[in-house]
Amino acid sequence: MFEPMRTLTSGTIVLARANIDTDQIIPARYLTTTSREGLGKHAFHDWRYDEAGAPAEDSPLDGPEHKGHAILVAGPNFGCGSSREHAPWALVDFGFRAVVSSDIADIFKSNALKNGLLPVEIDAETHARLLECPGREVTIDLEAGVLTSGNDIEAHFTVEPFAKKCLLEGNDPLGFLTDRMDAITAYEKDHAKEIGA
Amino acid sequence: MMAKSLFDKLWERHVVVPETGDSPAVLYIDLHLIHEVTSPQAFSVLEERGLAVRRPDRTKATLDHSTPTLKAGADGRLPYATAQAEKQVERLIANTKAHGIELFGIGDPRRGIVHVIGPELGLTQPGKTIVCGDSHTSTHGAFGALAFGIGTTEVGHVLATQCLLQRKPRSMRVTVEGELPPGSGAKDMALAIIAEIGADGGQGYALEFAGSAVRALSMEGRMTLCNMAIEAGARVGMVAPDETTFDWLKGRDRVPADWDAAVSDWRTLPSDEGARFDKEVVLNGSAVAPMITYGVSPDAAAPVTGNAPRAETAEARHAADYMKFAEGRPFTEQAVDRVFIGSCTNSRLSDLREAAAVMRGRTVASGVTALVVPGSEAVRRDAEAEGLHIIFLNAGAEWREPGCSMCIGMNGDIGQPGELVVSTSNRNFIGRQGKGVRTVLAGPATAAASAIAGHIADPRDYLDAAREPEHV
Repeated sequence: MFEPMRTLTSGTIVLARANIDTDQIIPARYLTTTSREGLGKHAFHDWRYDEAGAPAEDSPLDGPEHKGHAILVAGPNFGCGSSREHAPWALVDFGFRAVVSSDIADIFKSNALKNGLLPVEIDAETHARLLECPGREVTIDLEAGVLTSGNDIEAHFTVEPFAKKCLLEGNDPLGFLTDRMDAITAYEKDHAKEIGA
Repeated sequence: MMAKSLFDKLWERHVVVPETGDSPAVLYIDLHLIHEVTSPQAFSVLEERGLAVRRPDRTKATLDHSTPTLKAGADGRLPYATAQAEKQVERLIANTKAHGIELFGIGDPRRGIVHVIGPELGLTQPGKTIVCGDSHTSTHGAFGALAFGIGTTEVGHVLATQCLLQRKPRSMRVTVEGELPPGSGAKDMALAIIAEIGADGGQGYALEFAGSAVRALSMEGRMTLCNMAIEAGARVGMVAPDETTFDWLKGRDRVPADWDAAVSDWRTLPSDEGARFDKEVVLNGSAVAPMITYGVSPDAAAPVTGNAPRAETAEARHAADYMKFAEGRPFTEQAVDRVFIGSCTNSRLSDLREAAAVMRGRTVASGVTALVVPGSEAVRRDAEAEGLHIIFLNAGAEWREPGCSMCIGMNGDIGQPGELVVSTSNRNFIGRQGKGVRTVLAGPATAAASAIAGHIADPRDYLDAAREPEHV
């Protein structure tokens, strides 16, 4: 499970490209693992390593200036593509706790929320400003739904209330479902005809 | 009574606990499909928590992503790409055995790509909720099912409770009227829709595809169309069930025993007259030409007869640099290194027939490698019974064992850096088919024509109806 999250203050790493798909976040050849652990080394692998596997000089994620930065600011439609939860696993293991974009893909967003990686969707104008200044210190207040930076940036965002509560409390949604086993059993009985045996 | 959409009806049927401001709906899942890549960590969570699989009878497993498409060697061992891939396969075999889940495994005549075998076996039915840890689960929506891809945590939720926590998405109807021109198919329609609404145009929506051009599609065509809904950002793509659906399903292994009762229920599912959608999009089907993609996102799609457009944005310039398509030059000038015919998008019998119609009596261009990978063992058997494999082999293409293969490249079926691959799969993302590989998405006829021509080609130049049929 993950640590509860209320506020997060960190420098940003900026990947401005639009439509950063899950094959960029973690290439499929690393999906043969049967574990959730240790995927951070494969995060954005082909952006960070050259053909021979040596660290790329122009990696946007590995310079000393990026060290410890836990907020990723990415172009629109971030996380599009596959349903692989390996994508948020890799980002969290790499050290990210939040992804900020104007527009985050549905399945990625759902997967991120279950792994303590906060998806923050903000207005296009503020997003564009954050894209322009990598490294800028940003504070995200989950409870208030506000992202601020310096005196001149403030943006509001919403997180689905149930997922928000889970993040704030470090809760796992599976417990909510297992607490409703009686309702599920009753549903199966009442709807036997519609849902088949 | 308020008019309801197909999606509304399916949603309502499956609500166990309604959604509130504080919590999402608890939605019942009729069928859970699992495969080797996205399930092992979910089983681990069950084991950590001491939870059982609630409904093993509603859970079906197959092996498709990491599995080789080459036959076993002389030693009887399958040529797995890595030891880890083999371990992943072994893990699913062990997990399904431990939890009493039916597995269509290696050597099983029913094995295949998860989105090919669900329908084929009649497991996929109108009115069902179907999930799988795979974004192309939208494919099953072709039958009027509510089907969508989920992450591994959610795979665990469904294994443990047969339910998911879900907010109801908004609805969008995409209506395609008119008749598709000769040479154009469902893949071309899908790419035209994605080009129109964008790679994120469907985000937050459940799509229903409607209109005369959609109704005229075969079930295979409808599956191709719904499969690609996720490439427009929509988790769900659906087509209302009709006679085409019922005819296709009738007699399949796992359909309801009381067939007539099932069909009369399914007839109540299509959207009511006057059902409201949050968004409506209308396209002219008669204007859909054979399409290809020229960029690194599926919405960078255009008619094959076009020219590489001017890159106006930073994204487009980046894509153009990667794809090396010179601005203003015809797409058909682009030399092809490899062709892949397969994937959950286009690996069914009708897709292979379409490709074979182009390849029959012709030869794959020198220097081009063409790979034909049937979607399932059943597709392989049917294709071989018709002699399609002989057409492909005579043309110089490879005929492989079923699996996801080059769509995702997890099993070692990949291209080499810099190669141009014309692929009937669903994603042209950078590096998806191998590091540095440039992917062009197309329908089966266009892919086959490109293999023959050695460059991106218009399939209409190869669909000579007057050509003498050749016997194989």
